[in-house]
Amino acid sequence: MNNILSAKNIVKRYASHTALDDVSLDIPSQSIFGLLGPNGAGKTSLIRIINQITGPDSGELFFEDEKLSQKHIEQIGYLPEERGLYKKMEVGEQALYLAQLKGMSKVDAKKKLKFWFEKFEIDAWWNKKVEELSKGMQQKVQFIVTVLHEPKLLILDEPFSGFDPINANIIKSEILNLKKQGSTILFSTHNMGSVEELCDNIALIHRSKKIVDGAVKEIRKAYKSNIYEIEFTGTMMSFTNSLWTFGKLLEHTVDGDYCKAQVQLVGNSKSNQLLESVLAAVDIQSYREIVPSMNDIFIAKVNEENVVGTQSNFTE
Amino acid sequence: MNKIFLIIKREYLSRVKKKSFIIMTILGPILMAGIGIVPIYLSMQKTQMQKIEVVDESFLFTYVDKSGDTKGLIPEKDNVHFDYPQISLDQARQGFFDTEYDAILWIPQNVLNGGQKGIRLIYKQQMSNSAQSYIESALSKMIFNVMLAKNKVDPNFIKDAKDKASFTMITTQVDKDGNDKKTNTGLYTAIGLVCAFLIYFFIFLYGVQVMRGVMEEKTSRIVEVILSSVKPFQLMMGKIVGIALVGLTQFLLWVILTGTLYSIATVTILKDVDMKQIQQKEQTIKIGADLNFSEMKHNADTGEIAKLWNDFKSVDIVAILLCFLFYFLVGYLMYSAFFAAVGAAVDSEADTQQFMMPITIPLILSFVVAQSVIQDPQSSMAFWFSIIPFTSPIVMMVRLPFGVPAWELALSMSLLVIGFLFTTWIAGRIYRTGILMYGKKVTWKELGKWLFFKG
Repeated sequence: MNNILSAKNIVKRYASHTALDDVSLDIPSQSIFGLLGPNGAGKTSLIRIINQITGPDSGELFFEDEKLSQKHIEQIGYLPEERGLYKKMEVGEQALYLAQLKGMSKVDAKKKLKFWFEKFEIDAWWNKKVEELSKGMQQKVQFIVTVLHEPKLLILDEPFSGFDPINANIIKSEILNLKKQGSTILFSTHNMGSVEELCDNIALIHRSKKIVDGAVKEIRKAYKSNIYEIEFTGTMMSFTNSLWTFGKLLEHTVDGDYCKAQVQLVGNSKSNQLLESVLAAVDIQSYREIVPSMNDIFIAKVNEENVVGTQSNFTE
Repeated sequence: MNKIFLIIKREYLSRVKKKSFIIMTILGPILMAGIGIVPIYLSMQKTQMQKIEVVDESFLFTYVDKSGDTKGLIPEKDNVHFDYPQISLDQARQGFFDTEYDAILWIPQNVLNGGQKGIRLIYKQQMSNSAQSYIESALSKMIFNVMLAKNKVDPNFIKDAKDKASFTMITTQVDKDGNDKKTNTGLYTAIGLVCAFLIYFFIFLYGVQVMRGVMEEKTSRIVEVILSSVKPFQLMMGKIVGIALVGLTQFLLWVILTGTLYSIATVTILKDVDMKQIQQKEQTIKIGADLNFSEMKHNADTGEIAKLWNDFKSVDIVAILLCFLFYFLVGYLMYSAFFAAVGAAVDSEADTQQFMMPITIPLILSFVVAQSVIQDPQSSMAFWFSIIPFTSPIVMMVRLPFGVPAWELALSMSLLVIGFLFTTWIAGRIYRTGILMYGKKVTWKELGKWLFFKG
């Protein structure tokens, strides 16, 4: 798979702390990449480096296998976490200005803006000043400005903050649309649940270090705990007996003859074996794997790191 | 480069289209024309007629004509009228407040023997300075003429002597090729001061606008979007140049509008008064005591204006204008880079104070130094302050009309350009870090560290 962007061993230090410590990333083309991590982990620093707003202290970046340089600026679209527009400037004029700064011609920018403004049903605002718009409206304008020049790489920092659910859905479907048209999207968020379902790949950043990265499916597989939730009617007794050596009962609830149980596979047991075994004993209503969320994985991983950290402290 | 141009265009247009710019552009010339016209207009307004009761105990200023009436000799003026009732001072003062007179003029008996210092003017309400000085000079002139007559001196002889003793030196500067150069210190002072003041004013007015613009971008957070398209330095320079063009536009409009307004005003408002009269009025205000030689002085004045015009032509106006433009622009560029850095370093206007100080001090200092440089444009203080880049835009402009050796000018200009490059480099580094730094109270130490951050 081709990578649209590769970062190799990026280090960024500020006066009092290290924002990025030897972070490497590969962002595959035409995918949605999630850069996840709590506030202050170093996500924004990394994004600013990719946008060439600041430079790394050491490490290299490659855009489509070329060393990242000023000419790539026009192929990147950036929606910062802190949104902002010139408040006293008219919407259309401002959008044109920002598009031209990204290297678009005035004619081209005008044509495309018209298309997007109609799509988002905001063409009536063209001559309004930004300060007259509501916050949600400003966000729409800003989103349009970000995607207008059809960047190959779209960087969205906390994209859904500030949008109401309806607009957030519009934006979400637009993002998927852009992916279909060939763009690569880099999400950055501390709210891991919000983008989990959209991402193909993720990287988890914690305290300026990358702690996990890879395809979402792979990570889930690696971190899955083999726990299944089974809902059935019957008795707990016959259910427990049917588990044999395949599974271990973790917890259960009983409501008359309606039961819900969580079972973890034991050893090399397969999920089908467990299912076959319990099928004979009780009447199954639902059977599903409990998949760990990114949040769970993150917490698990951070705890792991902390344990390692404490151990190394002890050895000192 | 194309992007810098876009930024310049936006900075320029967004300001020029503002209502406040248009209002300032129109108000400026009106204020300036007002400063020129109002005093003239006011001086032409007829002040209220002052009626003055003269009690002349010396009988020097009165005589009795054939019909036995007492007549006065003090020349009248259109707003000063004298009456000569035959009463004593005590009589005059009695019930004075109910009379129609505005003042009593009492002239003691021994006025020719040192008594002139006892001449009193007693009034109900403060009398105008012009009326007072008119009376003083009128009496003085009469005493003078009486004294001449008493000593049998021909007044014409005195006038002639005074004429012959009156002159202004013609100052000539010689350059090393032996060519003469006419000089006029007063004119040079005026040109130098006006240029220096304009530069000072321009740097402050538009430097602060640069700072505000940077702060607006920082606080509205749009800066991050723009910086993903252009380099911080491009954004900073685009803003500085854009605002410089705004300043030049406003300045040019002011010059044109002020000129137009002034000429319209002189034609319409003052059309019923010819310039001669205006000059006379101004004269009476300024040199009432010189009434004696008013006529002569007046003639001299017309000559003075012609001479001034000649001197003006003798100043190398093109060279001064070019130098002015240079110091005006480069001086502004150098300082505004600092203003931009301050705007980038702080989060709100209130925090700007501590960082403004080092910018304002050299500016104010150079304006103060300029005052003494005028006294001695070739002193070593004048030399150093006109060479050091932070003060040179203002101080050199003051020195220029008096003539500055070419090498000094070249040194000063090249140092200013180097200074500009240097400050812009420093400011650019502070700017680039500060513009993305939020919610942090910045200290001087912190600023110092920013200089050495990697971009």
